[in-house]
Amino acid sequence: MLELAIGIILGGCALGAGCAMIAGIGPGIGEGNAVAAACEAIGRQPESRSAVTTTMLMGCAIAETTGLYALVIAILLIFVAPGRLVNILLESIG
Amino acid sequence: MTVLLLILSILPLIAGILIKVLYVPASEGIDISGAHIFFTIDLPFGGLPITESQVNSWLVILSLFFFCLFLTHGLKTKNMSRRQIIAEWIVNTVDNLVKTNMGEFFMGFGPFIAAMLGLSACSSLLTLIGLFPPTSDINVTGGWALLTFILITYYKFKAGPLIYIKSFGDPVPFLAPLNIISEVATPISMAFRHYGNVLSGSIISILIANLLTNVSKMIFGFLPGYLGGFPYLRVGLPAILSIYFDLFSGALQAFIFAMLTMLYVSGGFPEDEYFKRKRIKEAKKKQQVIENTNGGV
Repeated sequence: MLELAIGIILGGCALGAGCAMIAGIGPGIGEGNAVAAACEAIGRQPESRSAVTTTMLMGCAIAETTGLYALVIAILLIFVAPGRLVNILLESIG
Repeated sequence: MTVLLLILSILPLIAGILIKVLYVPASEGIDISGAHIFFTIDLPFGGLPITESQVNSWLVILSLFFFCLFLTHGLKTKNMSRRQIIAEWIVNTVDNLVKTNMGEFFMGFGPFIAAMLGLSACSSLLTLIGLFPPTSDINVTGGWALLTFILITYYKFKAGPLIYIKSFGDPVPFLAPLNIISEVATPISMAFRHYGNVLSGSIISILIANLLTNVSKMIFGFLPGYLGGFPYLRVGLPAILSIYFDLFSGALQAFIFAMLTMLYVSGGFPEDEYFKRKRIKEAKKKQQVIENTNGGV
């Protein structure tokens, strides 16, 4: 019975981490759009290359934030949560 | 003197490697347990743990301090040495960055931004010599973000508390809760962005190293003895990947952290109101001086 409970905890954590990383879709699309627009801008005005690149990198980093939140949650679910949850389970059983 | 300072700036890094070899237990396989706690200082309000991230960031600070001394000692106006040219280039670049992003009023921010850039970039680059990067600890980046938050709030208060409170009711008063949330979210998102990027880079490096070890065991496992267990594929390959994950990502995150600090601080500063207030104050002072001299006569 205990094995089943621990198995459910581990599986739930892994599934949760996988679901959390669905958020990686958003930043991917967003950064792709940003880079496409930056390429277009550089193509039109090659002399503004450095300014456009700096702004694009800034924008990409900010667009990445939501993906990174998901990543942090996934990391916590994989590496931190299982141990704590199993400890809580063992304590409650006594 | 020059050589001594250069040696002193490298010494902390060697000390860091020695501390790691002597006191930090080696981790087997995929094990991400965060910073190692060396010892705990007992204080009346609870224990203060001294962790790997604290020790490493102090080592980085010492190293950068001696490196700056190395670059700037013995400055001359003629026959400049190469070190002085590098130092002047760094100062000029940072000053230009601050000037274009924050304006003339914030020129005093140059040293702070340069310190933040240097500390953040060098902390992230510690992975290259195999040390624990302090920036992959949420407490370190959280502390920096808190500092930025205090600076933002201080410059928002520059034109008086009334204008600070009024800035939350912008553009319409009923959006005030949303403005307060975004105010609190600023430092949190800054801390998480830097921490998440560096941590994800180091986790990917660990996963790749593990994968390559297993694959090389599979391919070369038939060799006898020690030859079979040696991870051949781990030689060189992870270094190419770490150019992106450690070098590029670490330097980029340092740049973005400094850039966002500049943008938030100068963006939150109510420029028009501050200069208006200053002008009114100066006019009042002048009038008082005139009145005083008139009264004296």
